[in-house]
Amino acid sequence: MLKIEIDGRQLEVPVGSTVMDATNQLGIYVPHFCYHRKLSIAANCRMCLVEVEKAPKPLPACATPVTDGMKVKTFSPVAKQAQNGVMEFLLINHPLDCPICDQGGECQLQDLAVGYGKGASRYQEEKRVVLAKDIGPLVAAEEMSRCIQCTRCVRFGQEIAGVMELGMVGRGEHAEIVAFVGKTVDSELSGNMIDLCPVGALTSKPFRYSARTWELARRKSVSPHDGLGSNLVVQVNQNRVMRVLPLENEAINECWLSDKDRFSYEGLNSPERLTQPMLKRAGQWEAVDWQVALEFVTGELRRIEAAHGGSAIGALATPHSTLEELSLLGRLARGLGSENVDFRLRQADFSADGKLAGAPWLGMPIAALSKLDRVLVIGAFLRKDHPLIAQRLRQIAKRRAQINILHSADDDLLMQIANRLIVPPLEIPVALASIRAGASGPAAAILESLKSGENKAILLGNFAQQHPQAVQIHALAQALAEATGATLGFLGEAANSVGGYLANCLPYGTQSSGGLNARSMLEQPRKAYVLLNAELELDCADPRAALGAMRGAELVVALSAFNHGAREYANVLLPIAPFTETAGTFVSTEGGVQSFHGCVRPAGEARPGWKVLRVLGSMLGLAGFGEESAEQVRDSCLAGKDVSAQLSNRAAVPIEGTAAAPKTAGGGLQRVADVPIYFADALVRRAPGLQQTKDAQPPRAGMNAKTLAALGISAGQPVRVRQGEGSVRLVAALDPGLPDQCVRVAAAHASTAGLGAMFSTLSVETLPVEQAA
Amino acid sequence: MLSAESLKKIDRELAKYPADQKQSAVMPALIIAQDEKGWLATETMNFVAQYLGMAPVAVYEVATFYNMYNLEPVGRNKISICTCLPCGLQGSLDAAEHLKARLGIDFNQTTADGKFTLKEGECMGACAMAPVVVVNDKKMYDYLSNAKIDALIDALSDQLGSR
Repeated sequence: MLKIEIDGRQLEVPVGSTVMDATNQLGIYVPHFCYHRKLSIAANCRMCLVEVEKAPKPLPACATPVTDGMKVKTFSPVAKQAQNGVMEFLLINHPLDCPICDQGGECQLQDLAVGYGKGASRYQEEKRVVLAKDIGPLVAAEEMSRCIQCTRCVRFGQEIAGVMELGMVGRGEHAEIVAFVGKTVDSELSGNMIDLCPVGALTSKPFRYSARTWELARRKSVSPHDGLGSNLVVQVNQNRVMRVLPLENEAINECWLSDKDRFSYEGLNSPERLTQPMLKRAGQWEAVDWQVALEFVTGELRRIEAAHGGSAIGALATPHSTLEELSLLGRLARGLGSENVDFRLRQADFSADGKLAGAPWLGMPIAALSKLDRVLVIGAFLRKDHPLIAQRLRQIAKRRAQINILHSADDDLLMQIANRLIVPPLEIPVALASIRAGASGPAAAILESLKSGENKAILLGNFAQQHPQAVQIHALAQALAEATGATLGFLGEAANSVGGYLANCLPYGTQSSGGLNARSMLEQPRKAYVLLNAELELDCADPRAALGAMRGAELVVALSAFNHGAREYANVLLPIAPFTETAGTFVSTEGGVQSFHGCVRPAGEARPGWKVLRVLGSMLGLAGFGEESAEQVRDSCLAGKDVSAQLSNRAAVPIEGTAAAPKTAGGGLQRVADVPIYFADALVRRAPGLQQTKDAQPPRAGMNAKTLAALGISAGQPVRVRQGEGSVRLVAALDPGLPDQCVRVAAAHASTAGLGAMFSTLSVETLPVEQAA
Repeated sequence: MLSAESLKKIDRELAKYPADQKQSAVMPALIIAQDEKGWLATETMNFVAQYLGMAPVAVYEVATFYNMYNLEPVGRNKISICTCLPCGLQGSLDAAEHLKARLGIDFNQTTADGKFTLKEGECMGACAMAPVVVVNDKKMYDYLSNAKIDALIDALSDQLGSR
């Protein structure tokens, strides 16, 4: 420990601390622009100059290491004069356009200019002009003259996002921030550059010029997308969500947000919002009163229950629904005498149902990921499915942690990968068994890696959980974890992937014999379906089966915030509120229970989903629908229960973990189905900004060069992809990360919904030219 | 993209640095690429980035920082004259004016016959010998009076003429 005196106050700091660290500990604010605690030190803005005793001139606090007995003055005349001088230089070329600048009101330069700038400028000469750049649909670089060259955005790309997409070219007065010629910023974390920019050079394209920041009310909320449960500040003006910013939470999202969390709010104001109950009468959709719609629903449900029994009714929800909604949906179904209720729409293997000791979860706190030194990630499109978890792993990979991958696509994770085993989807269980057995090649290296090291984890990604042999993969992973002393974790696909279990929105209860799960509910069609937030043709493991079941049903009740594909097959559409318009709870993948309030009033006639379900329950005369607030619903689910005791990745009943050869592998090409980041749920699909990004391009049929050559197809050629009964037309693309005999055909997109199950074999054939046109 | 010979030269530079720090060789690699191509097109920089495992924009940063890299085609003789403060005080601004008049071009322009490109250079570390010019980023000429400048231009013209 080193002794240091700052502004007359003594403290001790660890060896290696900088003066900035020490002032932060004391709560002394030293003005700065380029310094950011999550980024490397650049010391190029010079704003944090402080006086250090015995030093001949002021030193930058961010880059000066503390020495023993150092005496620092942060606002002595010398320090203040230096800081004022730096501010004068920074303002020389900075335009005086604060009144029309989007950053106005939340600008570090503006704020600090008040304290350190002069009332008028001594600089009379011409200011430099930097041309605007187009760096993509999310981040605006239209006013680059405002840039003060702090290089935070550049360092963010290099260090946090893992890809350097912006750089500073030129030198001296000609220095400017650019993307490489003709390139854009495509990182799934790019929006953070907007937050990091201390001036108005990088601004948010979707938000630009839509509000002044001081007009916005700030409401805390929780991200409804991936299982991380990022904390949000939702900014609201006149009952409209104007933008979303991160709420700093070091244990979850740190100070970052993925672009999906940040820009999906645009979907809230989509013209596709459902704002009135709709009823289909004689094939025509009519807007009706809530009373009419609800009476229709209860009447029909009662009729079907009476005619075919409760088990003829199925209830399906997305895991992006709130805990309250999921809980009430489960109660509603059970009240009607049906155990057919499920939220695991993209899951294919349910053979562990009833055998698990608890809800599958991350197996550790999210923050603990940053302490791992050996990781095996099985079946995950890590960057796109879990952008911020990937970011955490990227940081530990830099600190020499070994990241091992077992997957069906060798996508660039923008981090050092120690060992990778890339196999066709259906061979993942066999490959996992070969790791356990320490076979040769990468399998042996992965086992070796897991055996060394102290803190280890085996993480099952979305792909592994959606796999038709997911339970086998689980069992094998558990065995491997036990053998190597690693922690087994599930990366939660959606905001309530854990919460759905706690809400008992499942076809197997403790007291019941069990109903049909999400898959069998569609494979064994029911007479009536209640859909909560689900766009089945996009949200399901098998969209063909789903559509078949819906078209054959007598009654489909869709509770949704959006007017969507259900218009084709539903009988009634009930408008419910998305996450910003309702109170609710998400249970994150680490088991964190995060409740939030509505930020704005529901659009039009839309109502919070929990209220709609509660009223439906009451109108049906069911017991247990008396709650009057979302908090009461949550408490009836969770109060008095220890959530952490309900989380477990262990099987209560042993599940067999032998890696049988895949049954469906009868030659042919295997489908590698990812869920593209900006098609994953109803909200992001309707966010225009996100839909213009590279990640939101329509799916293509990706194959590696060998597979393309074997089929005689060249990249860019239109092809017909057949899977079972279904077939769709796509464009072939080169995807060098895939194993041989595999075709990447994304799920969750209208253009591929005709194909059916996410895991299957398929065939690809070229299209004659006239058909392609 | 680059000839086998150039790649061999780049590999020789790469061997000077640890295998995981290939980007250390970016400056010589760009010089080698430029010697072959005459200037650094976007594709050339992209290739160098790929070859060294760097982000293209990081290569672009280097290529734009230094005067010796040509981001557009130049004449067969590229003359860079330092106009930084010490040189300027020693008369390099006048020398630059003379160069402009003699060649009939301004900074960053190329003569119609493609023989000369004039560039404004940054400090070449030879302030005491100002005015200084560097020809084709390789050879420096110092203490340049107007007469010496004329002689230099003539000599360079003759060299080209005799080729």
